[in-house]
Amino acid sequence: MTIAVEPPKAAFRLSMLIYDTRYRAMTIQVIVLALVLLFVGWLTDNTIQNLAAKDKDINFGFLWARAGYDIDQQLIPYTNDSTHGRALFVGLANTLVVAFFACIFATIIGVIAGVLRLSKNWLVARLMTVYVEVFRNIPLLLWIILSFVVLGETRPAPKDFRVTDEMIAAGESPAATMSFFDSVAITNRGSNIPAPKLTTDLGGFELLGVPFSFAVLGTLALIIGSVLVNNRVLAQAKAVQEATGDRPTTWWKSLLILFAPTLLFLWVLGFHLEYPVLKGFNFQGGISVAHSFTALVIALSIYSATYIAESVRAGILAINRGQTEAAYALGIRPGRTMKLIVLPQALRVIIPPLISQYLNITKNTTLGMAISYLDLKGTLGGITLNQTGRELECMLLMMMIYLTLSLLISSLMNIYNNAVKLKER
Amino acid sequence: MSDTSFIRTEMLPAKTPPVGQRGVVKWLRENLFAGPMNTILTLLGLIAVYYLLAWSVPWVMRGIWDADTLQDCRRLTIERYGEGASVACWAMISERWHQFMFGFYPQDLYWRPVLAFGLLFAALAPVLYYGERRTNLKLIGAVAVLTLVFMGETWKLADIAPKATPALASNSSLVIGFAVALFGLLLATAAAAPRKLTWFTAIYPLLGFFLLWGGSVWGPLGVAMGFAILGIVFVLLQGRLGVVVAAGAGVLVAAIWWLGVQTVATTALHSAMPMGLYSVNSDVFGGFLLSFVIGVSAISMSLPIGILLALGRRSDMILVKTLSVGFIEFVRGVPLITMLFTASLLLQYFLPPRSNFDLILRVIILVTLFASAYIAEVIRGGLAALPRGQYEAADALGLDYWQAQRLIVMPQALKIAIPGIVSSFIGLFKDTTLVALVGLADPLTGITRIVRADINWKNIYWEPYVFVGAIFFAVCFGMSRYSMYLEKKLKTDHR
Repeated sequence: MTIAVEPPKAAFRLSMLIYDTRYRAMTIQVIVLALVLLFVGWLTDNTIQNLAAKDKDINFGFLWARAGYDIDQQLIPYTNDSTHGRALFVGLANTLVVAFFACIFATIIGVIAGVLRLSKNWLVARLMTVYVEVFRNIPLLLWIILSFVVLGETRPAPKDFRVTDEMIAAGESPAATMSFFDSVAITNRGSNIPAPKLTTDLGGFELLGVPFSFAVLGTLALIIGSVLVNNRVLAQAKAVQEATGDRPTTWWKSLLILFAPTLLFLWVLGFHLEYPVLKGFNFQGGISVAHSFTALVIALSIYSATYIAESVRAGILAINRGQTEAAYALGIRPGRTMKLIVLPQALRVIIPPLISQYLNITKNTTLGMAISYLDLKGTLGGITLNQTGRELECMLLMMMIYLTLSLLISSLMNIYNNAVKLKER
Repeated sequence: MSDTSFIRTEMLPAKTPPVGQRGVVKWLRENLFAGPMNTILTLLGLIAVYYLLAWSVPWVMRGIWDADTLQDCRRLTIERYGEGASVACWAMISERWHQFMFGFYPQDLYWRPVLAFGLLFAALAPVLYYGERRTNLKLIGAVAVLTLVFMGETWKLADIAPKATPALASNSSLVIGFAVALFGLLLATAAAAPRKLTWFTAIYPLLGFFLLWGGSVWGPLGVAMGFAILGIVFVLLQGRLGVVVAAGAGVLVAAIWWLGVQTVATTALHSAMPMGLYSVNSDVFGGFLLSFVIGVSAISMSLPIGILLALGRRSDMILVKTLSVGFIEFVRGVPLITMLFTASLLLQYFLPPRSNFDLILRVIILVTLFASAYIAEVIRGGLAALPRGQYEAADALGLDYWQAQRLIVMPQALKIAIPGIVSSFIGLFKDTTLVALVGLADPLTGITRIVRADINWKNIYWEPYVFVGAIFFAVCFGMSRYSMYLEKKLKTDHR
């Protein structure tokens, strides 16, 4: 019989910190920690010395000082008397609105291009391949600047739109006309599009300096309410279908519930469109959109769409052919196979890269700086920084805001990912 | 039994399929006109192709090459093609191409970037086409011929340009002799001992730096000496102390050399034996020269840092892991522009007072850090895709951590990650255009703005962007094709 003998415990020697793999990890971590602390201490020390040498301190008080510069595009009220802090929020709103539109257009173009690249039609598939390869192999900055320059240089000046009495008498037409049934004017200065207006003003309230109108809030509430009611109707129809096998017709109910209340509300309030009109030297009325905004949206969407197209294509290709074949074997028609079998599985592959593409779009809006679009980088990291000379504070604040945005979006992505993840084991 | 004599005993020859089921007609029917929807798509596609070509081909092919100003161009257009014709004005490119390529680099020294660019391919050849002797030979031969031709071309420019440098600095026969000798040596090595070519790859960074910036030859040699010291210390200690400790000790000794001894030694050597090239300041760097300097250095440095970060993120050591995750997530969360502005505005706060180093160098460092976070994530994907059995098999063989990484894990993980790594590189190269926003003269915004500010070329917009875009497209498209080739070459599975 053998007796399990405990191995003799070696006495701890200092050299074991290096030679013994059990302790080496600990040693390395301690050294790394010491180095990191030393490095951080060195940076801090340098910063303190440099700040002292320039007679500066770290102080965010400038955010409450008068900004004194104008911002063309403002989604929340702002004048040059407002504070730098408010300019920051105007910039942030501008960043988000560009990102929002660019994400929508990029998704639409990207999905179409991605699906068409897989088309059986030889010509269309090749064309889409050319589109994707050309646009993703050329820097985004080029597309941004090119769209901006082309919009600014090729469009006619506002005076070319003028129709004078002499011209009518002579039967001449003006050098340029408005597009889309005389509703949109694109000049070399900017675009003017029709603005939605109400004749009856319901008033509103102000929260944190941001005005909210009761009419807009009411419309939003009505839309959300109708969608919820519609969902109830559909759920009921489904319950009836499962009980009896017959699905009651719901399309007219849905249509009525979804649109009637909102349209009625808007009609009562006197909803109409205000068209831009040429007055003096430029167009007045409607919403005027700066070319920097248009160019940024166009460039971001066509560029990012190529990446989205690639992930859509990869997602569809990632679904095993066996899935489609199995569906056909069960007698499911091709259209329904796509809808019920392929797409739900492909979406699982498509959505994570799609969301990280949205993240990229949001970060790439900073390139608007090249065409003087005043987003967060333009206000806080541009004019405010230059006026106050507070590089450290502005850059830190800006990085923190972008970081928060990114972490928010990526945590949403992780939640979604966990929800749809294949649970195999 | 019934009579079966009516059964045919030999096969009939197969009939050719009907006209609609073979050849071009079949292909057209299946690929272009398969149904009403498909036909509509084809027609729309044809219309799109027609308009694109009808607009762009004459514009490019009929372009004007012999004009001095944009007004001249427009006048010649009307003279040659009549009113309303729209053609490119390539004369701008032929007058300003050297600015797009080299920025404000002294014209009589153009041979230096040209030679450095040519040698870059010679240095890359053994890495890109590892173990393919014939391809290496062909590539280096072609590069040698092209480089010599271009050096000759740029000398023509140098002849008419004002001399920025003492005549000795660009003694053409000496330079050509040097270039021919160097390429000859490289070709001989590629033919006789292809594996030795990687030595040239190793010294290329310092050679390239020396060619582009010039200055005393002893500076780069001193830096190389530091790396040699690092290597010697590492080899001596690695057996006894393990990889990490030995590498740490090597870096420590090398740092002592670089920070303490090197300046003294190189100054002494330089005063004893002054040798070198005319020194070029980096504020004259611009155009594609700048893009390639930033792109190539950031690409070559971000890969090793990215590998270390990816390993750190998967490490068992909690501190190393936390630091890696923190770094990666921070860098990926902020736009590149904020990093560039950190380089241009904030680094002066973080570095010791009165230390002031080059903006290009600062930008390269921050672009490298930025790219390495993305590459770390791509490699982490490759590591995660590797079956656990591979790690366990390495452990079972008794390999230690670094041996397992080097021999088992990394070769497979990197192979899986190739498409991601190359697309990160492409992204990085495209992002070098953003340096214009911190005031460097990149080809896209910086140089084009200068050209457009010239009274002769005011308001020109399609031509410079088409030209720069075409070069970017060629480089990026080339990289993505290379990654496809590499994937195919390394493909070993039969699934």
